Amino acid sequence: MRALALHLGLIAALLAAHFILPAYHHGNLARVMVLASLALGYNLLFGYAGLLSLGHALFFAAGMYGMGMGVQHLGLGAGAGLILGIASGAVVSALVAALALRTSGVAFMIVTLMFAQAGFLAILHFGAWTRGDEGFVLAQAGRSLFGLDLSAPGTRYLAALALFSTCLLLSLALVRAPFGRVLVAIRENEERVRMLGYDTQAHRFAAMVASGTMAAAAGAVYGMLFGYVGATFASVQYSILPLLWVLLGGAGTVLGPFIGTLFMFYLIDLGSGLTTAYMLIAGVVLVGLTLFAPQGIMGEVRRRLWRGLP
Amino acid sequence: MLRIADLRAGYGAAEVLHGVSLDVARGEILCLMGRNGAGKTTLLRAVMGLLAPMGGAVWLGEVRLDALPAHRVPRTGLGYVPQGRRLFAGLSVAENLEVGLMAGQGGDALRDEVLALFPRLRDRLRQRAETLSGGEQQMLALARALCLGPRALLLDEPTEGLQPSMIAAIREVVAAQRAAGVAVLVVEQRLDAVLSVADRVAFLENGRLAEEMTADALRADRARADRYLGV
Repeated sequence: MRALALHLGLIAALLAAHFILPAYHHGNLARVMVLASLALGYNLLFGYAGLLSLGHALFFAAGMYGMGMGVQHLGLGAGAGLILGIASGAVVSALVAALALRTSGVAFMIVTLMFAQAGFLAILHFGAWTRGDEGFVLAQAGRSLFGLDLSAPGTRYLAALALFSTCLLLSLALVRAPFGRVLVAIRENEERVRMLGYDTQAHRFAAMVASGTMAAAAGAVYGMLFGYVGATFASVQYSILPLLWVLLGGAGTVLGPFIGTLFMFYLIDLGSGLTTAYMLIAGVVLVGLTLFAPQGIMGEVRRRLWRGLP
Repeated sequence: MLRIADLRAGYGAAEVLHGVSLDVARGEILCLMGRNGAGKTTLLRAVMGLLAPMGGAVWLGEVRLDALPAHRVPRTGLGYVPQGRRLFAGLSVAENLEVGLMAGQGGDALRDEVLALFPRLRDRLRQRAETLSGGEQQMLALARALCLGPRALLLDEPTEGLQPSMIAAIREVVAAQRAAGVAVLVVEQRLDAVLSVADRVAFLENGRLAEEMTADALRADRARADRYLGV
């Protein structure tokens, strides 16, 4: 009950921020909420099932391109485009999971990285449809949902909040359900879970599809809200960033991905205002956090203050 | 209840068990003894399907286990407590039990029944498993296996490294399972522990069944064990 109140409280605070934040931070927070949804998806696989993927850029891009190409080439509306994007992510993550889950550990990282790189190169190769490296801007007509203009700052913020709230509450429900307990048990000791009678491979498959689909939803919404679909979002950077956000915020905590994304976003934002070598500042802070809070920010909260924090 | 027929198993191309046959009846405790490397743990792992058998068959009641994938074996009613406990260290005592209960579709009644056997665990439900003492961890490992409501139990050195009071508590629980009709196959190194609880004893040597006898016969002639245990 306390945990649910905490998570609902965050959603309420973000809704209140809509009315009081200045335009600059309002825009930033909308972006952070969508990226945090990618991190929430990543956290399901990494934080709970214990599988370190380096391929989530592929799922993020599958959602973004599924949506973008549906709107651009098939003339779909925003709603149908978003559904197509999310479905694309579900299919791609199921295919990758079916193959990559035959491996584990370092091999799993390499295989997921290779799939993501193949996806990135495919986007560049099929430039006639994807516009390659340059990407494409979504037509304004395709960015209207139920009569609401998703490119308007206010609507954009609320749409980002709707996505983030859905992903946050879904994550909370999943990890508190028996499915989530079994995932954590698999992370702790897979053989033992099998010996209790669970099909661990089926659980890991389901976790990877849920994770990839959530990342794809973030990609589809990102493209829709910010009006651009580009190959950068399929590059390895977008596989590594969610890993960093989750590590910083606290892997295996539901709030960690949001805290990590927000922290990193503003660290770079503020650092870049001080010096052009802002990545140096980010690097030093990251090293410090790794040394002094190895379980991430919310991981430390769990360790020191609230042991039952989901 | 549990029937192992001419079981052969090993690692890679190396055969460790060369055709072992054993039967454990309902409400019976059979202790498996032997030197290190004799194949005791390999036998348990092969029965559980963790090692693909190279030959032979394993039956629990009417169900042939060696034809099933490993994750289906426990659902036939076979509980396993491996050596070294292997708990979910980051989960609480209650969550460890919950994972076991969900697997066996057991409800609150079974949970209460299991906790009644382990009062120490009842007091530590919210504690993380990794913070329990060795004896308490062994109790939790056993309790979690019992959450499946097993018809047969495989225990791999359940008293290893425990203090006498803990050994007595675990012995009591195992004896209670026997009284409830569970077939128990336990690997044990300590002769005293075996004699205090076993009905029958089987000795493994170099992957073969060397001798099988009643516990009473072994009590009357303890020196016979020396031949297989190297003491």
